[in-house]
Amino acid sequence: MDYIPNADADLSVMLREIGVASFDDLVAAIPASLRQFKMELPVAMSEPELQRELGAMAARSKPLDALTSFLGAGAYEHFIPSAIDHLVSRGELYTAYTPYQAEASQGTLQLLYEYQSLICRLTGMDISNASLYDGGSAVGESAYLALNAQPRRSRIVVSSALHPEYRQILKTYTAGMEVEIVELPVRDGVTDLDALASAVNENTAAVLLQSPNFFGCIELMQRAGELVKPKGAWFVAVVNPLSLGALRPPGEYGADLAVGEGQPLGIPVGYGGPYVGFLTSSKQLVHKISGRIVGRSVDTEGRDAFCLTLQAREQHIRREKATSNICTNQSLMALRVGIFLSLLGKRGMREISELNLRRSHQAAEAISRVPGFALKFPRAPFFNEFVVTCPVSAQALCDRLEGEGILAGLPLGQFYAGMERELLVCVTETKSTADIERLSEALGRAARREV
Amino acid sequence: MNVPTDLKYTESHEWVKLGKNNETATIGLTDFAQEELTDIVYLDLPKVGDEIEAGTECAVVESVKAASDIYAPLSGKVTEVNQAVLEDPAIVNEDAFGKGWLFKIKLADPAELEELLSDSDYEEILSEKESRDEDEDEEK
Repeated sequence: MDYIPNADADLSVMLREIGVASFDDLVAAIPASLRQFKMELPVAMSEPELQRELGAMAARSKPLDALTSFLGAGAYEHFIPSAIDHLVSRGELYTAYTPYQAEASQGTLQLLYEYQSLICRLTGMDISNASLYDGGSAVGESAYLALNAQPRRSRIVVSSALHPEYRQILKTYTAGMEVEIVELPVRDGVTDLDALASAVNENTAAVLLQSPNFFGCIELMQRAGELVKPKGAWFVAVVNPLSLGALRPPGEYGADLAVGEGQPLGIPVGYGGPYVGFLTSSKQLVHKISGRIVGRSVDTEGRDAFCLTLQAREQHIRREKATSNICTNQSLMALRVGIFLSLLGKRGMREISELNLRRSHQAAEAISRVPGFALKFPRAPFFNEFVVTCPVSAQALCDRLEGEGILAGLPLGQFYAGMERELLVCVTETKSTADIERLSEALGRAARREV
Repeated sequence: MNVPTDLKYTESHEWVKLGKNNETATIGLTDFAQEELTDIVYLDLPKVGDEIEAGTECAVVESVKAASDIYAPLSGKVTEVNQAVLEDPAIVNEDAFGKGWLFKIKLADPAELEELLSDSDYEEILSEKESRDEDEDEEK
């Protein structure tokens, strides 16, 4: 039974008005194979049966805490203070959605305002919106904004070291627009800046560089920005927010927009979501950026009050002239980020960032000492991820290590042709010296068996 | 409604004040426009040196209630932009025909002046609009 409340009489009136004989005629353009889709569901189960069934299904997936994971590539395992789960599961917060009667929800607005303020402090940027869905959509939005705000410019330049899935999302976002996406080659693990210099022209709306990039390497963001600015294009920095406790923030190297995935800040890896995207900008671009922005004001009695501000940017006011269609945010996940950053504070962020640096470098050294293994990009500085060249197929090694309860990393061959022996390894503060030793021993052992 | 007689107008509620020999023009938003928009909070104006084309969007005005495009009444090159209104857009609400001017241009084609409305033409448009609005109110 379906839930479309059209009586047969209603249907025949509508079909006659449209000028077709039947519903099948109306949808004739859809291939018959798709129209004949039938759900073949088993008979309904009782609740105890269903619980058993679901339990068995859940047992087939391996929870991260039962494994030792060196998998990163956009989703990172970090320490999550238990206060976060306790606070966000409070009823008044757990139900909070993007506020429609915004000013009636002062508490929600204040939390988002705090989130924005913390993200601005972390990135060094002037403005943060109240969050987006995830890092990929934040990247898509950044290019979309740059194109819409500069209608005479139609080129987007991205590094091929930008997360391959972010590049896919970018293509989806800009499908149907007049846009030319130029991908820059990578040299020694970082974007080729000579290629950047020749790709940026007066027709370029934005240049997107990720740092640390997909290979974990830290890009020369300052120099890249200097190449972009004279052409009038926007310089978009895609950053891992957790790295900013140790690395220079985008606000210090003149990024016009800084965007990224907020997951490392207090959100579990999960199944790839829900995550949260952040989007920040320089003050000059505040009237162009997408999403909601919470502002701090005073009420009629002079007390602190929060409000949605600068709404003339948004599509419910600017209509077709708006630079973006985003009219929501990701409040609950933004709240997790806000709590994470408040609990860690400036010093905590620096410490966790430095711990990631130390652990990953310790692991890189240990793996380099395993016969047959070497760092792919030994000259490029990296944060908490690095690429290892293996003596055999990286996928084969990963399969073997998974049997021992170790996720060794991401085999890069699936994203980059010719990198079948390359493995992207991530080592965060969650890994101990013993974990690192276990990984390098297991890699060595598995490689000997493969040969 | 305040409609000064020494200015020219457009249907999209811009005003034009012509300079010596009709070579230059100062452009602004009419009093009617600022009142419809309510409190103006932001202006995105063209830059000095920009070439603008009559009838096309050349600037954006944002109020607390709305965002609206400003159309170039005439073609030409922007020679001056009112910095004071960029810093304090409320000046447009306070003095739309005076201190609230937006930018000045050097005219590219004086023949376009023919297309502009006189103060009485513009006043007529406003009164037609007013009676139409009243009719609509009655229908509601």
